[in-house]
Amino acid sequence: MIRTRFRKGPVTRPIALVILFVILIALCFSSIAIGTRNVSWQEILGALQGQMNTMGEAAVTMRLPRTVLAVVAGSALGLSGALMQSVTRNPLADPGILGVNIGAAFFVVIGLAWFGINQLQSYVWLAILGAGITAIFVYFISSLGLGRPTPLKFALAGAATSAALSSFTVAVVLPRNDIAGGANSWQMGGVGGATFDSIQLVLPFLLIGFLMSAVVAKKLNSLALGDDVAAGLGENVAWTRGIAWLSAVLLCGATTAICGPIGFVGLVIPHLCRLLVGVDNRWLLVFSALGGACLLLIADITGRIISRPSELSVGVVTAFIGAPFFIWIVRRQRVKEL
Amino acid sequence: MKNNVNATLSRIKYGRKQRSSRWNCLIVILCLLVMAAFSITLSLGQSFTSPTEVLKVLLGENVPGASFVVGHLRLPRAVISLLVGMSFGMAGVAFQIMLRNPLASPDIIGVSSGTTAAAVFAIIVLNMDGASVAFFSIVMGLLVAISIYALSYRNGAAGTRLILIGIGVSAMIESGIVYLLSQAPAWDRQEALRWLSGSVNSAQLHQALPLLISLLLFGGLLLSRTRDIEALRMGDDTAQSLGVRVGVTRIIVITSSVGLIAVGASITGPIAFVAFLSGPIAMRLIQNNGSLIIPSGLIGACLVMMGDYIGQFLLTSRYPVGVVTGALGAPYLIYLIIRVNRKGGSL
Repeated sequence: MIRTRFRKGPVTRPIALVILFVILIALCFSSIAIGTRNVSWQEILGALQGQMNTMGEAAVTMRLPRTVLAVVAGSALGLSGALMQSVTRNPLADPGILGVNIGAAFFVVIGLAWFGINQLQSYVWLAILGAGITAIFVYFISSLGLGRPTPLKFALAGAATSAALSSFTVAVVLPRNDIAGGANSWQMGGVGGATFDSIQLVLPFLLIGFLMSAVVAKKLNSLALGDDVAAGLGENVAWTRGIAWLSAVLLCGATTAICGPIGFVGLVIPHLCRLLVGVDNRWLLVFSALGGACLLLIADITGRIISRPSELSVGVVTAFIGAPFFIWIVRRQRVKEL
Repeated sequence: MKNNVNATLSRIKYGRKQRSSRWNCLIVILCLLVMAAFSITLSLGQSFTSPTEVLKVLLGENVPGASFVVGHLRLPRAVISLLVGMSFGMAGVAFQIMLRNPLASPDIIGVSSGTTAAAVFAIIVLNMDGASVAFFSIVMGLLVAISIYALSYRNGAAGTRLILIGIGVSAMIESGIVYLLSQAPAWDRQEALRWLSGSVNSAQLHQALPLLISLLLFGGLLLSRTRDIEALRMGDDTAQSLGVRVGVTRIIVITSSVGLIAVGASITGPIAFVAFLSGPIAMRLIQNNGSLIIPSGLIGACLVMMGDYIGQFLLTSRYPVGVVTGALGAPYLIYLIIRVNRKGGSL
């Protein structure tokens, strides 16, 4: 069973929320202040007011969009993971593990290579389409056969699908020298190349995703009791599930379009948040979004510090934080539940 | 009464004879297939070299024109493909039998990526080459396999937990490979692809020696345990009651499979899906007529050679073999997942 530490009263959850918020702001600030170049307080303040007179101010101005992107993308990924875990009632559901990010990446690469699509607003659509198709595909494969889809079936179907898709992606990119450089750097997964323009393009999709998740949050609680009970309580199970999936797909598809595939954020964060605030989705989703933003900021900052003066991309850092966590979750489960 | 027993005995004998003759027959066919693929790789490329010329070159004669093409370009490819394919095929099926799940092949549970990461690390960071790379990646591969096993050990090692933990470990290792490659002084895409999906493009004849040794040593070890491994197909408990020492057999299977994979992967990279595909194909062909290890090795060899040939000559641009086997493997994989889900998790 999942332990609920703050079960006694609703008062502690707002406090936890405030603390998380403060942490997020502190991290945002560190993300602006820390980097290859050391900057002074004056330079940070100056850059925040829009000046760009010194190198330091220029560096800070460069760090602003990537900080915003890390917050936006992290919250989208965390939320999307929480939604997927709730809908599938599966502790291992995560856009990375299910291969959904790779699916989005594959569609974007096809668009780049075959249809000459090189504008972000078009590949957001492609990425969302790819994410959606892959999600449906993996879900379909793992729910064929007897019984409910177990975490094992899910993870295997996801791993297998992403292995296949990444080999297709290589096959598409390889003969095209003109796009290979861009596609390769994009596939590593990063927030480094962010601009405010590109963030603005995906923002509407993310907002819709956030809104939809807010709508289904309460309904997901009754879904957690099982389909039959939820139907008995008057929920339209298929509808709830559909909206939650759609919102999860929108969130991780749009994020992948702009950052490339980033794994494990959606896996780690909802679990940590569940330990913190319990299983009520109305709280869990909010916390997962904030927590995801924090994790991605931490990963981005770590990537900048570890290999100065070059950078380690976020995707690599999140995999190194996330995989041990994944193993821990697997070890916690009883064999029968796998 | 006695008549009855005799009749049953002769029926069993007859069945056994029929099974073994079917097995022999399939082995002969597979060998012919491997030989056919081998000779096509040798004689038919951008240009055609007649079999007699190929034979002359193989016997060490200097044939103008053909010597370079066959001896330097095609022969190393063919030999390395053959040996690597056999290694991957045998190792793959051994893992699949041991864990009783076709999806639990070394390329899916992280053993292949572990050995590849070790090889990349040895080459890029430690500047090693040749046998020391192979040795290093065997050691690291064993470490990875043992840690996956140890991490999944809780009141006994459960197969499902082992597979899941393998997936997690392999995700971590793969992003490690990406990082290592991005740190390499010359970011060469062909080289990078070799390590990410596997390729025999840079095959050289002297690399065949470590492969051959590992195939004899580790492959031999696997084959010497054929009977025990076959018993594992019926489940650990049944195998145990048939007198198989399950723990020992597991250790032998893990060690020798990791050895096979590591030496292969340190030369060609993890050729996608070969280890995964060979076993189920062998299972389909052989059914319950005998051991799967040798057939699976032969099928692996066929897959790599044909995949390489397709990647080189039959497509619009030249792809490394790993991309071809990856793309070929995908539909089969999906079919397999669906079938396994329908029937439960046995090979």
